[in-house]
Order: sequence, then structure tokens, then C-alpha cells
Amino acid sequence: MENIVEYEKKPVQETAVVERTKNRRVYVPKVDIIDTKDSVILYADMPGVDEGSVDVTIDKNVLNISGVVKHPEFKGMSIAYAEYDTGDYDRSFTISDDIDREKVEALVKNGVLKLILHKEPEAAVRKITVRTE
Amino acid sequence: MFETGLWRFRGFADPYRDVRRLRQEMDRIFSDFSQPVSREFPAVNAWIGEAEAVVTAELPGIDPSAVEVSVIGDTLTISGSREAAPLKEGENYQRQERGCGGFSRSLQLPFHVDADKVEAKYEKGIIGITLPRSEAERPRKISVKNQ
Repeated sequence: MENIVEYEKKPVQETAVVERTKNRRVYVPKVDIIDTKDSVILYADMPGVDEGSVDVTIDKNVLNISGVVKHPEFKGMSIAYAEYDTGDYDRSFTISDDIDREKVEALVKNGVLKLILHKEPEAAVRKITVRTE
Repeated sequence: MFETGLWRFRGFADPYRDVRRLRQEMDRIFSDFSQPVSREFPAVNAWIGEAEAVVTAELPGIDPSAVEVSVIGDTLTISGSREAAPLKEGENYQRQERGCGGFSRSLQLPFHVDADKVEAKYEKGIIGITLPRSEAERPRKISVKNQ
């Protein structure tokens, strides 16, 4: 079934062309993308990031979200049991032309990044009716 | 002499059988390594110190009041649920990767916990639970007297 959810974090598949300068683990944040009438809403699970450590960029038709996470440290304690690792986040999406690049809203709350990508009104109504000959 | 030769010939049919089996065994062992330790949700990390332990779990986008943390003896239980954003009329999911629903996770610690002093903090989508070791179980220093 499609409802199977993978719980563990997925590491980024590094491509040969782009390499990172930082030798840190990078994970793909899980996302929900909701299409509404006048916008596209994206939720990304990025635990450990706040408004200062998350970046959202749009370059032409590529939307990139990335976040830097600080490794947790507890004084006088050592890690005894670990099921997950802490690392940065990175993921890119291609977006369609009808998204207004200037009006993107980004909010972070409780480790979830919410992006509201508004659709341009003229593009939203550009619909071609198909007739029969 | 002939028999030895025949045996050899038979063996020749699949000379790498043992090598292949060894390799399969190795593949199995090493693929297990890349498997996650647990498929349970949420994944937890535990730091242990002399006087306390800290357990962290990544629970992004959860209402902190909907998370229940309980301690009985040396067992910590984290439970709660995450609701999917309700869709309005005319909205639909293009992608739905984030899990939702209820979860419950128990973890046994190496010592009994002073349940009254347990603190849970939810920050940036990560819950951190500080569990102080119970007073009765703390290591005691015994002074050596000179007779």
C-alpha cells in the first residue's frame, strides 16, 4: 500500500557534479505538498532547525530548501544508545512557471518548515478549453 | 588416482561455490549494518551521565501538550500523535511523505529514575527528556577509615 511510511531519515544521494565542502551528514527532509486553488503549500520536517538556520532559495525553476543543525551535546554525558544521527538537510524541487517568485512565504515552527508558494493570478486562469471539431 | 580425478572434475563444475557462499554471507552481514537499528517511531538517542540521562527524539510539528511522557521505575514511555493538516475544499496532496498518527515508544534505562524530577523540553521539533537517577541508586563514595 502507499500508506507505508519510512520512519528513518534518508541520506542525500550525492551526485558527482556537486560536492559539499562540509564533511557532514545531509538528510532529505520529508515533505507534504498541498495544491490549493491559489497556492502550493509545502511542509518539510526538519527537526533541529530554526528561522536562523534554514535557507530557502529559488533559482530559475529550482526551489531549494536547506537547513543546518547543531549537534547536540550534553555536558558530562556520553551517548549510550543511538537510533538516529544528526545532520543537515537539503532538498530541491522544480517549480512550475505559474509560481510567483516574489511572494514566497516561509515559516518555521517546531522543526517544520512551511512554504506558501502563491500562484500568479493570470497564470491561474490561463486555461484552454478543448472543443470537438 | 582415477577417483581423485573424478572428484576433482565434479568439483570443477562449480569451483567458486564456497567463495560465492562466503560472499553472500558477507553481503548479508554488511547489509545488516546499513539497516537502521530500529524501525519504530520515534527514533531515540540516549545520553547517559553519572547522575542523569537525557533521551532525545525527533518529533517535528507536534503539539507539545499532546505528547505524554511517563516514567515507571527504569522505563520511559513517550507517546502522542501527530495529525495531518486537514484539507479544505479544492485542496489535494501532491506529495504526502510525512507520517501521521499515534505513536508510543518505551525505553529501559540502566537505572531507576526519580520520576518527580523528570523534565521534558520540546524545542525545534526535538524533544529532550532529562531523567535524574534516583537518589537511592546514586553511586556512593565510601570513605576508608584507618583503624
